[in-house]
Amino acid sequence: MTLIASSIGRKLAMALSGLFLVVFLTQHFFINLTSVFSESLFNEISHFMGNNPLVQMILQPILILGVLFHFTMGFVLELQNAKSRVVKYKSYKGSANAPWVSRNMILSGIVILSFLGLHLYDFWFPEMNYKYIESLPLDPDRYFGELVHKFESQVRVILYVLSFVFLALHLYHGFASSFQTMGLNNKYSKAIKSFTVAFSFLIPAGFIAIALFHHITTF
Amino acid sequence: MNLTLKVWRQANADAKGNLETYQIKEVSPDMSFLEMMDVLNEELIEKGIDPVAFDHDCREGICGMCSMFINGEAHGPDRLVTTCQLHMRKFKDGDTITIEPFRAKAFPVIKDLTVDRSSFDRIQQAGGFVSVNTSGNTQDANAIPIEKHNADKAFDAAACIGCGACVATCKNASAMLFVSAKVSQYALLPQGRVEATDRVLNMVNQMDEEGFGNCTNTGACEVECPKGISLENIARMNREYLYASLKG
Repeated sequence: MTLIASSIGRKLAMALSGLFLVVFLTQHFFINLTSVFSESLFNEISHFMGNNPLVQMILQPILILGVLFHFTMGFVLELQNAKSRVVKYKSYKGSANAPWVSRNMILSGIVILSFLGLHLYDFWFPEMNYKYIESLPLDPDRYFGELVHKFESQVRVILYVLSFVFLALHLYHGFASSFQTMGLNNKYSKAIKSFTVAFSFLIPAGFIAIALFHHITTF
Repeated sequence: MNLTLKVWRQANADAKGNLETYQIKEVSPDMSFLEMMDVLNEELIEKGIDPVAFDHDCREGICGMCSMFINGEAHGPDRLVTTCQLHMRKFKDGDTITIEPFRAKAFPVIKDLTVDRSSFDRIQQAGGFVSVNTSGNTQDANAIPIEKHNADKAFDAAACIGCGACVATCKNASAMLFVSAKVSQYALLPQGRVEATDRVLNMVNQMDEEGFGNCTNTGACEVECPKGISLENIARMNREYLYASLKG
């Protein structure tokens, strides 16, 4: 059996793709954070990310593949797991021995995936249309306005906040769990768990704070 | 104590089972759970009803045969015990107790609460051993120095009795805790290192072929394991497997 066909290999692939997405999430957060402090800096970074050939032609496709791989493999493993217990228990007390977040990664994952759909509809598709379909002239100052405009709708902000709560739950289990999958369970595991708790709270809370900041200050 | 028991009854592997309700009176809090089941079976026999089939052997937490899923938990609500070590004092008068067999595709029901766990045997046969030269010139194991830390961890892993509670409790019916305990107990010792590569590859391969689910690190297996087998073993097996796969 090849590594990727084995249960351990597939979990390892989930862990590595998950960690890759964590790196992307972190850089996305810091770019968004600049929008709170400096409109021009946010525009400058966004313009760079949106027009740099390395980012657009190499990093962006890798990111898309990473996202597609992570959720496709997640669904594949979930279906496989469902088949491993055909007759279900009449009484099953999952809460007695495992936290809710660890038992519902597929649920938090689906919420995040749905949000990703909305996010692509809001930002990525218009961006692709602007640059590659309509080929409109470069405007390095448009990004901040586009960002703020999206946080006008109260419904959108609520959806945004809810999605990041589920992202926090997903990270809370997934981040530390990926190290266990990679074979790391030793004296550093406590530190990894503590970092996971801080990271899974601070990054989503930061995204939420930025959204609320623009919603409150602009509208 | 007077109790209401909801017991899974299934005539054979192909029959459609269901939960049957029985009333049981004057249960002593000092009885073990299996003794309570013995009393139930005596009453059923007296009434001309087929007694409940359940696995048991040593009744002292060593053999790993007893395999009931009690009130939604493998081996019931107590920790670090098998069903035979679970006492009725853990329940209250008037309680309703649901008793089901361990459920997994790889553990098909034979009858009532007995399940076929020979999938574990096949995993063990795939590599859970050390090939020893028994021609008479085998080196005395005590003559090989082993780091205390590793000896302790190997001993802890070897405490696994193969009861299958890890599979039964895991939401994915994964056998990773069992297999990792068996892989670890050899991987940590010099005698086991010789065949470590083939062992982990063959045992994981067999585990996957048996139809167990994937580990999602919920940690439920560690909590429900009657022998306290640590998740550290799963991480060790992941390392061993990755190394063995890359080594080829």
